Amino acid sequence: MTKYAFLIPLWPLFAFVMIVLFLRWKEKVSAGLSIATIVISWVMSVGVLIETFARHGAPYEAYYTFLSFTSFHLEIGILIDALATMMLMVVTTVGACIVIYSVGYMHGDPRFSRFFAYMSLFLFSMLGLVVANNFFMIFIFWELVGLTSYLLIGFWFEKKSASDACKKAFITTRTGDLGFLIGLFMIGTYIGTFNYGGVFDTVVSGAIPSGIVTAIAIFIFCGAVGKSAQFPLHVWLPDAMEGPTPVSALIHAATMVAAGVYLVARSMNIFAASADASLVVAIIGVITSFMAASIGLVQIDIKRILAYSTISQLGYMIMALGLYGYDTAHHYHSAGYAAGTFHLMTHACFKGLLFLGAGSVIHAVHTNDIREMGGLTRKMKITTLTFIIASLSISGIFPMSGFWSKDEIIAATAHHPVFLILTLAIAFMTAFYMFRLCFLTFFGEPRDQDRFDHAHESPGIMTWPLMILAFLSVFVGWVGIPWLDHGFPSFVYHGEPHHTEPSWLLMSISTIIALSGIGLAYLMYYKKSISAEKVGDTFRPIYNLLFNKYYFDEIYQEVIINPIMSFARYTWTFDARVIDGAVNGTGWLTILWSDIHQWFDTWIIDGAVNGVAWLVGQWSNLLRFLQNGKVQFYALFIATFAVLLGLIKVEIAAPTYDWPRMTVIFLAGLLLLSLVSRAITARERTRQNAKQENKL
Amino acid sequence: MFYYLALAAILFSIGLFGVLTRRNVIGILMSLELMFNAANINFVTFNKFIVTDGLTGQIFAIFIIVVAAAEATVGLAIVLLIYRNWRGIDMDHVRIMKW
Amino acid sequence: MDQPQVGLVFWILSFVMLVSAFMVVSLKNIFHCALFLILCLFSVAGIFILLGAEFLAAAQVLIYIGAVSVLIIFAIMLTSNLASKKITQTNENAVVSFFVCFIFALTTLLLIGNTRVWHYAAQGAVKDNTLNLGRYLMTEFMLPFEVVSVLLLAAMIGAIVLARKDKS
Repeated sequence: MTKYAFLIPLWPLFAFVMIVLFLRWKEKVSAGLSIATIVISWVMSVGVLIETFARHGAPYEAYYTFLSFTSFHLEIGILIDALATMMLMVVTTVGACIVIYSVGYMHGDPRFSRFFAYMSLFLFSMLGLVVANNFFMIFIFWELVGLTSYLLIGFWFEKKSASDACKKAFITTRTGDLGFLIGLFMIGTYIGTFNYGGVFDTVVSGAIPSGIVTAIAIFIFCGAVGKSAQFPLHVWLPDAMEGPTPVSALIHAATMVAAGVYLVARSMNIFAASADASLVVAIIGVITSFMAASIGLVQIDIKRILAYSTISQLGYMIMALGLYGYDTAHHYHSAGYAAGTFHLMTHACFKGLLFLGAGSVIHAVHTNDIREMGGLTRKMKITTLTFIIASLSISGIFPMSGFWSKDEIIAATAHHPVFLILTLAIAFMTAFYMFRLCFLTFFGEPRDQDRFDHAHESPGIMTWPLMILAFLSVFVGWVGIPWLDHGFPSFVYHGEPHHTEPSWLLMSISTIIALSGIGLAYLMYYKKSISAEKVGDTFRPIYNLLFNKYYFDEIYQEVIINPIMSFARYTWTFDARVIDGAVNGTGWLTILWSDIHQWFDTWIIDGAVNGVAWLVGQWSNLLRFLQNGKVQFYALFIATFAVLLGLIKVEIAAPTYDWPRMTVIFLAGLLLLSLVSRAITARERTRQNAKQENKL
Repeated sequence: MFYYLALAAILFSIGLFGVLTRRNVIGILMSLELMFNAANINFVTFNKFIVTDGLTGQIFAIFIIVVAAAEATVGLAIVLLIYRNWRGIDMDHVRIMKW
Repeated sequence: MDQPQVGLVFWILSFVMLVSAFMVVSLKNIFHCALFLILCLFSVAGIFILLGAEFLAAAQVLIYIGAVSVLIIFAIMLTSNLASKKITQTNENAVVSFFVCFIFALTTLLLIGNTRVWHYAAQGAVKDNTLNLGRYLMTEFMLPFEVVSVLLLAAMIGAIVLARKDKS
């Protein structure tokens, strides 16, 4: 079966292609096809699990090199080891439940088939991500998962908030992906191969300078920060609740956001080689967790509370893995790896259940606002029960799955006091806000009578997945019970199998903290003996800070978005002005040029032509008196010039005649003078005659 | 010989003056006759002193006389016509060659 | 060869000629001009005799004086207004053309005077002028002689045609 593991992602892909091409209007067939394919994948995953378990988690790798350069090569392949198997089970199981649930939830939606197409595409991407055997391939599926998340968040894109949210999600995760890409480039440059085995061998052997290793680790972690909604790229996850609830359940609770955790777990060899990077990871994880839990205390939207809870739990996992890497770098084998991955598995189950339950509630009362709910336990028994089970699990109450995984995480922080204190505080907050949600939603008096009256239990197709996931929320964690010999940590491990030491101390402390959190919520929201409003008033500044999510969105808007938008606007104006200016300027220049030409033509060329005519006119004006029609006048000129010619001849032939030159010139001059005077007198005479004739 | 040539030159220039100056058409014709005669004197002078071989100069002079006579005839006939048409033979008023 | 000398007759004849010529071009009364023209032509004939061209002199008197001048006088009679004697006979060209003609004469005189070389030929015996002239006319210059006859005929016919009174 493991040989055919590559088929596991391909079944949902087949469903996607079929629905997109043929089944747009055949709603029942598309839903059925989606469910069928994911169930087949689930069956195959079970087979893979059995086989992997049989060989004790030894990895199985099969790949095909499709592009080869001198310095590196690209391959496509599968790597099936314990971690991958666990992820396969999680994704297929939770995915199957949610797909079945969404048949009921999305009933009557005009784009029903499209929803299942997107869901199948997502399952394909996620499963591909899980079985990938090299960084390049995981990156491809990483992006695909981001794409499908975008499509699904913005499923109801007519709502502006939904389209804004999907854009925000995509851009924010993309920012993290940039870091991931740089990390990939560094891997390609320094290591020359993307294959996990090849990379880890090279890193472990110490051939790469430690600074580079740290840098690679941090860059890869950037991808996880984006995808798993860690600080500071956590802002997209609450807004992603605009999508349909099954989407929130599958993608933003159970699976996609876990991809970041999976990536860090996969790359643990790199993180283990760099204490600094691991410390960064752990710090970011704990900051995220604390921050998100604190925000979740005061939110009023049911899905928002769950979203912040998700961020907080993811922070837990990241922190645990980071601490493990830090410890391993200092040659201490801690529980962090096992804790993080174990919690991933359990979290998928109970968070998925929480979201589906929330969806059920929303489906019943048609609002997300918990202030308008209350007393629903009377109307929705199954939903309430399963929701309470999930809340107990997340709060870490014995003997739920969450108890065991949370304990592991606390154990992982045991050697780091600061982290320990914070983890316990977060656990307290988690319990508190989860039960605040429970009490406000299901218990007490209904605050909105209208909604309460119309509320009803969801149909079977929605409640059965709830029950399945509730079952899992209780029992799936039992594989991680510390007293087991071949429990979870001996299956999914890093380096060497980890044997957890049960610590009664830690177990008791965590139980006390969880119970006290639940107790406080009980007092404030059920018994109302401590007034929530009074607490809110007393800590009004803190309350505002938490209610407004630490103003992260506002800060980002001011510091990042607005400058970018104004810069974009500036470049647009500049561009438009320059281009329009160039075009208009060209036009203006052309007109100017033609004006110059016209001026030139009119004044200079025409001027020359007219000038010549004018000159001729003036000249002829002078000379026309010479033509007065009198023959004797003409004869005079002839005679004069004849004499002049004679004089010239004399001048030329000077040696023959003994004339002084002056004589000749003098005579010639006299001749010309007399001629000119005669011409002038002729002119005057003509003018006088003309005047006389005019006067007459 | 110089004197003969000089005489002819002066006579010619006097005739030229008359042609250019006289208002009366017949006056012009008479001045023209003077010019012809100057030329004749020139021809005969050259015949006698320079080209004594043959009588080419004198013959030429004869022909000049004959042609001058013919020209005077026709010219005066034209003068008569002018007189008939314009009632006067004042050259000043003859501006036909103007345009 | 030495330049031939001119005698007193020459001077008298030339004086008469030039004065009468000047009269021809400047008198107001055109009849007087014609008379002075006749006088001028007579003196030209005299010059011809001095130069040994007797036939030419005779021909000059016969043709020029006898025919042309008479013709001119006829024309004057037929056309002039003897009443208008007061009008000046010279037009506005007078001053300038005087200058021009003066310079022309001066130029020509200077040219003639400054010519260094005149190729004087040998002065042979005085031949029989008329006889030789006639012989030349009939032999060498036969063609021009005939042509000139035709020319005269043409001139005559032309003059008659031009001067004829219109029948209409």
